[in-house]
Amino acid sequence: MNRQLKFSEAIREATDQAMGRDPSVYIVGLGVPDPKGIFGTTLGLLEKYGTTRVQDMPLSENALTGVALGSALVGMRPIITHQRVDFALVAMEQMVNQAAKWHYMFGGKAKVPMVVRMIIGRGWGQGPQHSQSLQAWFAHIPGLKVVMPTTAYDAKGLLAAAIEDDNPVIFIEHRWLHNISDDVPEEYYTVPLGKARIMCEGSDVTIIGTSYMALESLRAAEYLRDAEVSAEVIDLRTIRPWDVETVLASVRKTGRLVVTDTATTAFGVSAEISATVLEREFDSMKAAPVRIALPDYPCPTSPALSNDFYPRARHIVFEVKKMMGQELVADMLEDPLGQRLDVPDSSFKGPF
Amino acid sequence: MLRIRIVENAIAESYGEQEMRCPVHLSIGQEAAEAGACAALERRDYVLSGHRSHGHYLAKGGNLKAMMAEIYGKATGCAGGKGGSMHLVDLEAGFLGAAPIVGSTIPIAAGVAFATQMRNEDRVVMVFLGDGATETGVFYESVNFAALKHLPIVFLVENNFYSVYSPMNVRQKGVNRIVDIARAHGMEAHQADGNDLDIVYQLSRQAVTKARTGGGPSLLEFITYRWREHCGPGYDNDIGYRTEDEFFSWKERDPVVAYEKKLIANGVVGQHEMDLIARDLKQEVDAAIVYAKQSPWPDLNTLPSQVYAS
Ligand SMILES: Cc1ncc(C[n+]2csc(CCOP(=O)(O)OP(=O)(O)O)c2C)c(N)n1
Ligand SMILES: [Mg+2]
Repeated sequence: MNRQLKFSEAIREATDQAMGRDPSVYIVGLGVPDPKGIFGTTLGLLEKYGTTRVQDMPLSENALTGVALGSALVGMRPIITHQRVDFALVAMEQMVNQAAKWHYMFGGKAKVPMVVRMIIGRGWGQGPQHSQSLQAWFAHIPGLKVVMPTTAYDAKGLLAAAIEDDNPVIFIEHRWLHNISDDVPEEYYTVPLGKARIMCEGSDVTIIGTSYMALESLRAAEYLRDAEVSAEVIDLRTIRPWDVETVLASVRKTGRLVVTDTATTAFGVSAEISATVLEREFDSMKAAPVRIALPDYPCPTSPALSNDFYPRARHIVFEVKKMMGQELVADMLEDPLGQRLDVPDSSFKGPF
Repeated sequence: MLRIRIVENAIAESYGEQEMRCPVHLSIGQEAAEAGACAALERRDYVLSGHRSHGHYLAKGGNLKAMMAEIYGKATGCAGGKGGSMHLVDLEAGFLGAAPIVGSTIPIAAGVAFATQMRNEDRVVMVFLGDGATETGVFYESVNFAALKHLPIVFLVENNFYSVYSPMNVRQKGVNRIVDIARAHGMEAHQADGNDLDIVYQLSRQAVTKARTGGGPSLLEFITYRWREHCGPGYDNDIGYRTEDEFFSWKERDPVVAYEKKLIANGVVGQHEMDLIARDLKQEVDAAIVYAKQSPWPDLNTLPSQVYAS
């Protein structure tokens, strides 16, 4: 029997092992050593590595991002964590102007090996300022790498790779993935940045997903199998640099592309992928690409409103069937009555 | 003060029904700082706040029913269900808004004060923030700006010793740090017992009068204590970031009970009268919850609206 670990435990283990292997790795963030340990991802680290390498911090994200950067310049490998992407926004200047450019603007003379962990919130009324999914912002910036693991296996391997990487890496975790388990080897390993993973092979349509939307894409592929549509699902895993070749090879085979994303559709990751595929593989395409992501307004708080905010597997199925010219059943977009859509599972009782 | 207590308790009691589907940050234990400070304001004055804002909203005269409906995510909520507990607003009451990105409403409040000054309006701005918020860059920058421009604003810090589960000693150095920052900018600042309603009121009154009469900004730091968990309806003394003893020592200094005792001892009210007041308030709060529960859900058509003003 392989060992099962939750995504959150996999993050914890990668951090633990990286710290064990390399004394220059340290972790800092609001609540890192507190009893909840960033949703369990930092529990036990303080006891094992002490207060020098496992630090809480003042509520000063911008300064501490600069502090992490400065320490990286002279040989440390900091991990800074934010409990929400939204909180990290006050540190945009340090990430975008400084960390992203430092290596380039000094002619390659210095490097910034740092990891910035951020969590995307969803559901239970997280609302406009606790649920944003801003990977496209970071991916827009040359000099930053952006990673979004889906599985616990990848969470561990990608975090280890991000820590080993000599560049600033934005590591984005979806809150709804933290409790999902998967086979995770005990030994240290890395998953290379920039390599996508084919979650299931197929020949009719390529569905790209990342983070939580990779799971919805996989669910969609299962429904589609019943409708005799063979979907290939690709988990992008790294948003920048993204694995262009794997995606193009898949589209060459299927001729159809659906790109899902956890963020607003407009100006997003799905636009970049669709555009690249059209530029490079136009002749293979049997249909126009379809993007499935968030609508063009902030996430409202009321459950009545936010239920309509997030696309799910059924929306992907609907679009694929439409693309394939299959018959569409009118009620297929409706969710079963009484189902709560603002929680990942029934064990979730709020508030965070 | 008693009303805030009763409202927050009612939220804590009802939260388990899982119909308030948004994070709530209750201010039980801190009511004196909230009520005392707002009592020094006029209705035309402005207040802004952060994540723990129920008490500020109510103390400034915010509509209780609209707040409850907002927490329940209903169309009748003060933000139409789009905001929830962390985004209260009541313009008629001068409660310009609360937003939970810590520190972010501090410069916004300074901007409001800047405008009232430019327009020569007789309005004072009060912005509520926690001890954690004084660690943000915008706090220092806003204090500097307010001092520089002599703005009619009061920075009202409720120091409850914690930022989530992080104690002071991992975040700040020196027990006078917060007032010293203000003083270093030439701003009048006081630190006082935030559980003593009269002290809070007196200092707030002074600061507000000063701001109103062209005396410029002040900072008030009130020492107080949050009883419940950082976010949510329960208690979290068991998880290990603070001791049960510490909690009980503060619970003994209950600001609501202390003031009730004082009023009764001074013969302002009798126990029976106090009980009647509490009973009426409880009825009002229960009715607000019923109102919220019975209110309609927001219409899905409102979803894409209000992204831009038209
Ligand atoms: C910029 C930012 N960083 C982190 C958070 C997460 N957070 C929410 S409340 C809070 C603690 C704030 O402490 P304090 O200002 O003392 O207010 P209190 O909760 O004690 O009322 C933190 C860290 C946030 N909302 N915004
Ligand atoms: Mg505090």
